[in-house]
Amino acid sequence: MEWMYMHMPISGVNIFWPGLIILGAGLGVIGGFFGMGGAWMVTPGLNMLGFPMAFAIGTDIAQMAGKSLISTMRHGKFGNVDYKLGFIMLGGTIIGFEVGAQAVMYLERLGNVEKVVRWIYLVLLVFITWMVFHDVAKRKQKERAAAREGKQVDALATGIEWHKALHKIKIPPMVHFKMAGIYCSAWLPILVSFLTGVLAGILGIGGGLIRMPALIYFIGCPTHVAVGTDLFEVMMSGLYGAASYTFKGRTELVAAIVMLMGAAIGAQIGSVATKYIKGYGIRIAFGCSVIGCAVSILFKLLAKMYPAYGTLLDNSATFVILSVVTVLALYIIIAFIFGARKELRMKKSMAV
Amino acid sequence: MDMKTARKRWMKRMNSLWMTLVAGVLMMPTLALAAGGGKIANIVIVADTRGLPAWQAWWANLYNESHLYFTLVTIIIIPIVGVIFGTLADWLMQLIGLDLKSRELAEH
Repeated sequence: MEWMYMHMPISGVNIFWPGLIILGAGLGVIGGFFGMGGAWMVTPGLNMLGFPMAFAIGTDIAQMAGKSLISTMRHGKFGNVDYKLGFIMLGGTIIGFEVGAQAVMYLERLGNVEKVVRWIYLVLLVFITWMVFHDVAKRKQKERAAAREGKQVDALATGIEWHKALHKIKIPPMVHFKMAGIYCSAWLPILVSFLTGVLAGILGIGGGLIRMPALIYFIGCPTHVAVGTDLFEVMMSGLYGAASYTFKGRTELVAAIVMLMGAAIGAQIGSVATKYIKGYGIRIAFGCSVIGCAVSILFKLLAKMYPAYGTLLDNSATFVILSVVTVLALYIIIAFIFGARKELRMKKSMAV
Repeated sequence: MDMKTARKRWMKRMNSLWMTLVAGVLMMPTLALAAGGGKIANIVIVADTRGLPAWQAWWANLYNESHLYFTLVTIIIIPIVGVIFGTLADWLMQLIGLDLKSRELAEH
């Protein structure tokens, strides 16, 4: 079975390479579907495969950049990427991220902020979960009200409509984002990306988990466009992050390339699956993934609070994350298979 | 000063602020320091090149000699590999017969 292990030239460890491909494929599916980099899911996975922590983050970011590029290419062809919006937000994200990272460094000099950051993370995840499911409930309410009147609710109707109020702020320059179908002040995406960037910088995450719902609820992007545009952002910031971590000597490119082999197929499946699932289906699945992330963070917090059960709680956190990855990847793959079968059957019947 | 002139002046000011910001952002990447993903320790890691096959030894040597060149090569390789694998996966999907150019489902 020695051939199943690959020597990593920089970190000097032998890694079970099929594990890297499977991990890459699973995360590719999820990333392509939700528009996230998924760093919070990869790092424990890489660690479990035997990667030293010093290399896990850099390698993760490197493969994330490549994987997001593949997904962005696919979403771009579906018309899901608003490049103009993506470029405008990129500026706000980078500046915000820098501010957040510097804030954490400043707070660290004052004392241990790790626990505080974890609690902020947890509160934020609870808020995102509430936002997603409150939106779903409100939309259902609208559907029921329309059904009572014998009508059908508009396909573009949403539950939460915060973006409509924000679009009323007409500070010049006003910009039209064609793909997203939005006309708003350019300052709105800048402010939103800056704030999500600050949060991502403070929490030490890529930011897709926060930016994707922000694009939907504050900027007013349709779900599919939010996924595609966020992936474009992840790709750009991922390349930047990969350069930074590689320069610090913390990237194992060989592992990243092996992961990309699986991610290429996974990202295609995840991206194409968005063709078959309605916007609200994606939102609900996203809400479930956020719940999984919140539970794992809670376990990590409890592990710090109760050191006697530390190992058990830490392992539980890893177990929750890997279970979430598996269940979500399976759900998306099944949706893809059913959707593709239906499409092929329709094509066949039309040909006859 | 009437309302129209004041509004014009306000618009002009906002537009020039916007242009300054765009120019600033374009120059920002050289100043930005953070990259995401958490903290890393300030330790120097040296790759062990003993007993490595030719290409791995070259790669590890490049890492040991210059992190700058190593970074440049990495940053060039990642998008190239991404595009190659992405195109291959695209081709595989097209073999199945799926429409990969449009999406009919339009919902918020």
